[in-house]
Amino acid sequence: MSLNPEYLKEERNQMWRAELRSKTKNKERMLIQRVKMPELAPAVRVKHQDREVNMGLELNQALTEAARCMDCVNPTCIEGCPVSINIPKFIKYIEQGEILLAAATLKETNALPAVCGRVCPQEKQCESRCFYVEKTDKPAVAIGHLERFAADFERNSGSSNIPDTAKPNGIKVAAVGSGPASLSFAGDMVKYGYDVTVFEALHEIGGVLKYGIPEFRLPNSVVDFELENLRKMGVKFETNYIVGRTSSFDDLREEGYQGFFIASGAGLPRFMEIPGENYNGILSSNEYLTRVNLMGAAMDDKDTPVLKGKNVAVIGGGNTAMDSVRTALRLGAQRAMIIYRRSEAEMPARVEEVKHAKEEGVEFMTLCNPLEYFADEKGRVSGMRLNRMGLGEPDSSGRRRPMPIEGSEFELDVDLVVVAVGVSPNPLVPSCLPDLKVTKWGTIVVDEEKMQSSISEMFAGGDIVRGGATVILAMGDGRRAAENMDHYLKNKSNQ
Amino acid sequence: MNKIIEKTYFSDKVVQLVVENPMIAKSRKPGNFVILRIGEDGERFPLTISDADPVRGTITLVVQIMGVSSSKLVALEVGDSITDLVGPLGKPTHIENIGTVLAAGGGVGVAPLLPIVEAFKKAGNRVVTVIAARNKDLIILEDEIRKWSDEVIVMTDDGSHGRQGLVTVGMEEIIQREKVDECIVIGPAIMMKFASLLTKKYSIPTQASLNSIMVDGTGMCGACRVTVGGKTRFTCVDGPEFDAHQVDFDEMLMRLGGYKAEELRATEIYSQKL
Repeated sequence: MSLNPEYLKEERNQMWRAELRSKTKNKERMLIQRVKMPELAPAVRVKHQDREVNMGLELNQALTEAARCMDCVNPTCIEGCPVSINIPKFIKYIEQGEILLAAATLKETNALPAVCGRVCPQEKQCESRCFYVEKTDKPAVAIGHLERFAADFERNSGSSNIPDTAKPNGIKVAAVGSGPASLSFAGDMVKYGYDVTVFEALHEIGGVLKYGIPEFRLPNSVVDFELENLRKMGVKFETNYIVGRTSSFDDLREEGYQGFFIASGAGLPRFMEIPGENYNGILSSNEYLTRVNLMGAAMDDKDTPVLKGKNVAVIGGGNTAMDSVRTALRLGAQRAMIIYRRSEAEMPARVEEVKHAKEEGVEFMTLCNPLEYFADEKGRVSGMRLNRMGLGEPDSSGRRRPMPIEGSEFELDVDLVVVAVGVSPNPLVPSCLPDLKVTKWGTIVVDEEKMQSSISEMFAGGDIVRGGATVILAMGDGRRAAENMDHYLKNKSNQ
Repeated sequence: MNKIIEKTYFSDKVVQLVVENPMIAKSRKPGNFVILRIGEDGERFPLTISDADPVRGTITLVVQIMGVSSSKLVALEVGDSITDLVGPLGKPTHIENIGTVLAAGGGVGVAPLLPIVEAFKKAGNRVVTVIAARNKDLIILEDEIRKWSDEVIVMTDDGSHGRQGLVTVGMEEIIQREKVDECIVIGPAIMMKFASLLTKKYSIPTQASLNSIMVDGTGMCGACRVTVGGKTRFTCVDGPEFDAHQVDFDEMLMRLGGYKAEELRATEIYSQKL
C-alpha cells in the first residue's frame, strides 16, 4: 500500500513546506547531531515494572531533530513504512511547531501512532530508508522518536483530533481479535464508512499490546487512549467473545455482517520438548507476560499469582525474550539470563532492547542451548544442563546454523525458566471454519496483496497469517485488508 | 449479561449457580468449559458447564470453595453479575452409540459429568454411573444423574450415603459384571488417576476430563500443558478430555500444586479481609 506520488508532490509543494525548506540550508541541517532519547537510569528502572524506560523527547529536542529532515523530493522513508505514514509531512509540521497537525498527519494512516512510536523497529523500516542512511554516513532522522513525540504531545494536550470518517454506509463488518492488525483494520474501515465491531476473546481490548508488551516499554494507558480515539470514530468493541465459539460465523452473517477480518494472533507457545520442561517454574513467555501485564500479578491487590525466581533463565533471543528477562529483573531476580543458541549478531530482538537489557544487568549467555531441566522434590525447577554451540554454515533463515560443541556440557542453577522460542498460530478460530485454507503450520492462507482468504468475504492478517511478526507488519496487514475488503464489498453490492 | 438467576447450596462448600448468558447457553456442548473472572482484581479460572437452557438463555455452573476465586464467586448473590465470562471453550465430548458406557464422577466432578451422561443416554447407550464423594453432604446432583442413567452406584469414603469405599470399588463391580465399551471419568486428579489405572487393567477405552491450571484458556499461555502419550498437549484447546490411559497423572498432580504457596498466602489474606 503506497501513497500516490502525485499526492506526495502536491503536499510537498505547499507554500509552508517550501518556505520551511528555504529557511534553513541543507548543509546546516546536516550538521545537527541526531537526538538521544532520554532514558530512566538503569538503577531506578529495574525497581519499577510500570515506569517507562524511554522518557520521550522534550519539545526543543523534537524541534531540532525535525530540522534534520531534508524533506526529500523522493521520500524513500515512506517506502519503509508498512502503514505508509506521510513521514516528511508530519516531521515538517513538528519543525514548524504545529505538533497537533503532525499528530493528525500520523492518524491519517496509522490508528496507533503512540504505540508505533514506541515499539516499531524503525531502524529496520523507515529509518533504514532515510536519506542520511542511504546517501551519507550519518545516522537516520529519529523518525520513531518524533512519531512518539507528536502522539504523546497530542495525548497530553487534552485535545484529541478525531480523523474524518465517511458517511456511514450501514454495512456491518467484524474484526476477530483486538490486537494491532484488527485495530488498524477497524480504523480504516470506520473511515470508509463501515459499521465495525471488534470481537475479543479476553476481557481487555488490545491483544498483544496489553498482554504481551510490558508497561516499561508500552504503558497500557497509552494503548487505552488510542482505543478511545477509535471508539470516538465509531468502532464498537465486544470483549469475552470468541467468534466461532460464543456464536458462529453463520450467526454473525444472519446478524448482517458481510465481511470478516480474522486477526486472532499467535496462539500456542512453542516449547523445546526436552526432558523436564513441564516442571513447575518453567513457563512460556506468553504465560509469564500475561500474568504480569494483563493480570497485574506483580501487584499485591491482584488475585493472579506469578512465580518469582532468584536465578531466572529466559530461553530465546527475540523481543519477547527481552521483555521477559527484563520483567524478571523488575520482579526481583538476582540473576537474570538470556540463553540463546546463536550469537548476539543473529538475535532477532531490537538493538535498543538488547542495549536496555544489558544496561539493566541482564547476563547474555549466547551460543548456549538447553538440554534438560532438573527439579527439587516438589517438582519445582532447580537447575538445567546446557551445551555450548558453535556457528556453522548459513541455514534456510540465512543465519549461521548453531551446532553443538562436543564435550561442552555444563549445569546452571535456576529456579525460574521462561521459554520464549516462538509461538504457533492460534487454532481456535480456524478450527471453526472447515472450508478455510490453512498451511501445514496452521496459518491462514491469504492472497498476499489483498489479504483475502479462501473464503471470499474473509480476510486475515497479523500473526495468524505470518506466524509471528511485529506490531507494525500486523498493522500493515490490517490496512491492506481494509482497502481490499472495501473494494470487494463495493463490487459485490454493485453486481 | 452474566447475571446470577439462581443460587443453590448443595453443601456449605459446594454451590450451584444458574447464570444468564444466552449465547453460551445456545452454543455450548457437553464437555465445554467457560473462563470466569470475578471483579477487576480477579484471576481467570475455568469451570466446566454442567447444564444449559437455551430457551431461558442460562448456563449452570457448580463450584466448590477452594481458594480466593471460588470464594469470590460464591460470595455473589442472585441478581449480581459475573464480571467476565467467556466460552464455550475446549473440545466437546465425543458422543456416539457404542453400547455400554460407565461414567464415574468424584466430588464436584459429578456436575460436568451430568451433561455427558445425558448425552450418552440420549444417543442410545446403556449408561451406568458411579458417583463418589468423601461423605453424604458432598454427593451432588444424585437425582439428576439417576434421571439419565440406567443404574447408579453411590460411594462415600465414610459410608454415610450409598456404599462405603472409593469410586473404583463401584466401577470394578460393574466391569466384572458386564461388558463396558467406554468409560468416562471426571473428578479430582488423584481419583482420575486410579480410575484410569483400573480401566487400563481391563483395557476399556477411557476419557478423563482434566482440570488443569489455566490463565487465558484460549490456547495462548500454555499453563495447562499436560503430557499425553509422551507429548505435551494443551488442556484448553486440545482437551479438556483426553485418553486417560495416555495421561501422565503424576505430572498433572505435580503441576496442579505449582502455585500452592501463592494460593495459601492469597487465601489467608482474603480471609483476613472478610
